Amino acid sequence: MIDFELPENIVRLREAIHALATEHMRPISREYDEREHEKPWEFLRMMWEISKGTTITGEADGALREARGTRHLASVVSTEELSWGDAGLYLSIPNAGLGGAAVAAAGTPEQKQRFLARFREGEPKWGAMAITEPGCGSDTAAITTTAVRDGDHWVLNGTKIFCTSGLMAAEKSEGFVVVWATVDRSAGRAGIKAFVVDHHTPGMKVTKVEKKLGIRVSDTATLVFEDCRIPLDNILGSPEVEKERKEGFKGAMATFDATRPVVAASAIGVGRAALDFTREALEKAGIRIRYGTPPTKLTAVERDFMDMEANLQAARLLTWRAAWMMDRGMRNNLEASMCKAKAGLAVTRVTQKAVEILGPLGYSRKYLLEKWMRDAKINDIFEGTQQINLLIVARRIFGYSSRELN
Amino acid sequence: MVGFEPSEDQKLVQETVRSFAREQIRPRARDADETGEIPAALVEQAWGLGLVQGTVPEAYGGFGNELSAVTGALVAEELGWGDLSIALHILAPSLVTVPLLEFGTEAQKREVLPTYTGENFRAATAALVEPRFGFDPAEMETVAEKKNGGWILRGHKCFVPLADEAEHMLVYARTGGPGLENVGVFLVRRGTPGVEILEREKNMGIKGLRTFEVRLSDVRLPAEARLETGEAGVRRLLDRSRVALAALAVGVSRAAFEYARDYAKERKAFGVAIAQKQAIAFMVAEMAIEIDATRLLVWEAAWKLDRGEDATREAVLAKQYAAERALEITDNAVQVLGGHGYIRDHPVEMWLRNARGFATFEGLAIV
Ligand SMILES: Cc1cc2nc3c(=O)[nH]c(=O)nc-3n(C[C@H](O)[C@H](O)[C@H](O)COP(=O)(O)OP(=O)(O)OC[C@H]3O[C@@H](n4cnc5c(N)ncnc54)[C@H](O)[C@@H]3O)c2cc1C
Ligand SMILES: Cc1cc2nc3c(=O)[nH]c(=O)nc-3n(C[C@H](O)[C@H](O)[C@H](O)COP(=O)(O)OP(=O)(O)OC[C@H]3O[C@@H](n4cnc5c(N)ncnc54)[C@H](O)[C@@H]3O)c2cc1C
Repeated sequence: MIDFELPENIVRLREAIHALATEHMRPISREYDEREHEKPWEFLRMMWEISKGTTITGEADGALREARGTRHLASVVSTEELSWGDAGLYLSIPNAGLGGAAVAAAGTPEQKQRFLARFREGEPKWGAMAITEPGCGSDTAAITTTAVRDGDHWVLNGTKIFCTSGLMAAEKSEGFVVVWATVDRSAGRAGIKAFVVDHHTPGMKVTKVEKKLGIRVSDTATLVFEDCRIPLDNILGSPEVEKERKEGFKGAMATFDATRPVVAASAIGVGRAALDFTREALEKAGIRIRYGTPPTKLTAVERDFMDMEANLQAARLLTWRAAWMMDRGMRNNLEASMCKAKAGLAVTRVTQKAVEILGPLGYSRKYLLEKWMRDAKINDIFEGTQQINLLIVARRIFGYSSRELN
Repeated sequence: MVGFEPSEDQKLVQETVRSFAREQIRPRARDADETGEIPAALVEQAWGLGLVQGTVPEAYGGFGNELSAVTGALVAEELGWGDLSIALHILAPSLVTVPLLEFGTEAQKREVLPTYTGENFRAATAALVEPRFGFDPAEMETVAEKKNGGWILRGHKCFVPLADEAEHMLVYARTGGPGLENVGVFLVRRGTPGVEILEREKNMGIKGLRTFEVRLSDVRLPAEARLETGEAGVRRLLDRSRVALAALAVGVSRAAFEYARDYAKERKAFGVAIAQKQAIAFMVAEMAIEIDATRLLVWEAAWKLDRGEDATREAVLAKQYAAERALEITDNAVQVLGGHGYIRDHPVEMWLRNARGFATFEGLAIV
């Protein structure tokens, strides 16, 4: 069926999260943007208590996955709502995060149990994923961090940057970091594996926390690995260097099929915040959008607003579709990149346009709009830049390998 | 419950129309554009698909299928993919049947609908747009004046498809002050005195479709000629039309996308397929994304219409978005083909001319 009505349980979930976002996120939004590296512990603890066991991002263990046929749809709807509240705060919420998504996508049942169970109990914890290095970002196959086998251990060496919640996962909680490293550089992609490095493992050190354009409350960390020894069975998937296996590089890449719609949803939440704010400001000024009036009679502001609205809704529907596919067990690699590419760009433009339309109300730090514009931009960069997602879409359309189109 | 898959019945319709568009419409599209004529045999064949008469209840001679804007959008996309002119020609009878089904009186339905459920195609049309800058349906100049228990229509319309052969024409006219609630929809029979079909229009695109300017000089109609559109009916009809046009635009866009995609894989430059150059690959990827995005907006608006809800906002946004994307996508398709795209041996220049029209088209199709 072609249908756009959210199921009752998701509608209720959305309402509950909207209330939470209004009450607990918006009021501290500005403060923690300005305080940059400080954590709003009260909010984080509250979210930990609420989300313990349910999880809002990436994490997916078998039981949960099977429990509901609408899990991913629920996930994108709630992510939009939380990011409507504050995208930086949303990214800071203690949970298994991207690292959890990687474990869920590429880990064995035993590993899922060992690494993910902790997110249902005790103190707040974070999971993180470290791929990006100073020398390579988009070109994930070019990473240089090495993992060498030494008896009962893997020994990691290298530097990772821009790791979301890296500080919280590695040093401020009993979380973990999933680190991508190569076991055999000559094997290229096939040699790249993902390793789970537990919190406070000797040899892993956070050396820097970045200052950023937006999402400032979320920590973005540099992690240095110096002879960092981890147990042999902390490798996700098979240690064999084989092409065409789901584990290792491919498994980790599959993580993105699950997380890109969530990132897209987060982007849409920020965009909607900006759109709502703009609509309210226009209404206060006595301007109502006249749908159905011929374009030649509309003001430029009305046209811009309708354009923003349509773009945002288009991105949202693409995102729902990608999530719906996952809920049905369909492969959504193409659709995940489509929604991410669309949402990242749409929201970047929507927020920038909103600031333009509202002039001083948009540019002033007295209001949150300028912050949303800064927050929005990250969605065009992480989890695959705009260009990388277009590349993926193009490859799928043309049936090209990454060698044929790069 | 959220879903993105047509029902089994809808898929069947979609498949049928898709193969008809591929096998029958597309091969005749260029000729229709060049000669300005659509072969009668093709129109009859299309009639056999039952797209128009299908949604007419059995009581009036139809097949009694549900009138669904979503199904209509699926059909329109496939026909639009085949050819826009031919699609608009084939769907023209629905310009009368659908408004009648929604807002016709029992007498109107009995009189008119059987004309459009027979063995053969019979043309019908609607006259909405007027030839001037900034035409606004809420402030149209064509007026319907109440007189002696009947109506007198005066005005000047354009973009009236198949006006020369239409058995019935629905005329949109203002019955009072500004506002869509004051627009009446009137059933005008062929040959009614005062209706003057002017010269066939010459348009940049949709050249296969015959469209006309129509002058209405003191056209006298009985009171019963008016449809029962009430407060919100005209708005709903305009929304239906927007959704239909947007779906057609998705079809045109998809045609251009597929052609450009295939060409880009074949065409070599600098030792590789041009598709292997990001400048081309990204353009094509964006086409694909925007086509899916637009289609979903169209489906959502259609879905709202089917639920009987006010869908003006959704329909307007979908239509505007679709019109802009269609122009962008067909333009990019010409670009992907380079000089060859500019040459009429390839269809992309035709699609660009057709797509440019969507910003202007209003009321030209209804499903
Ligand atoms: C706040 C923040 C949080 C992040 N969180 C994480 C995290 O948790 N874990 C993690 O591993 N990483 C994380 N990242 C890193 C992020 O994923 C990378 O920044 C991103 O992948 C881009 O890599 P780069 O910055 O090295 O840019 P580059 O790869 O150097 O790209 C620079 C530009 O070139 C373009 N480009 C690159 N390759 C191509 C190509 N083949 N074709 C066309 N254009 C190309 C890019 O699109 C971009 O515009 C984070 C980054 C930020 C800013
Ligand atoms: C009306 C008309 C008049 C003309 N007059 C003349 C004339 O007088 N003399 C003459 O010699 N020619 C003439 N031309 C030809 C014109 O110069 C070529 O059509 C033009 O150079 C493009 O070449 P192409 O058509 O082979 O496209 P292609 O080279 O096949 O290009 C197809 C597409 O791929 C893109 N592309 C190609 N290579 C790359 C790349 N490396 N990176 C990214 N994108 C790429 C192009 O930009 C284009 O979008 C004329 C063409 C027309 C339509």
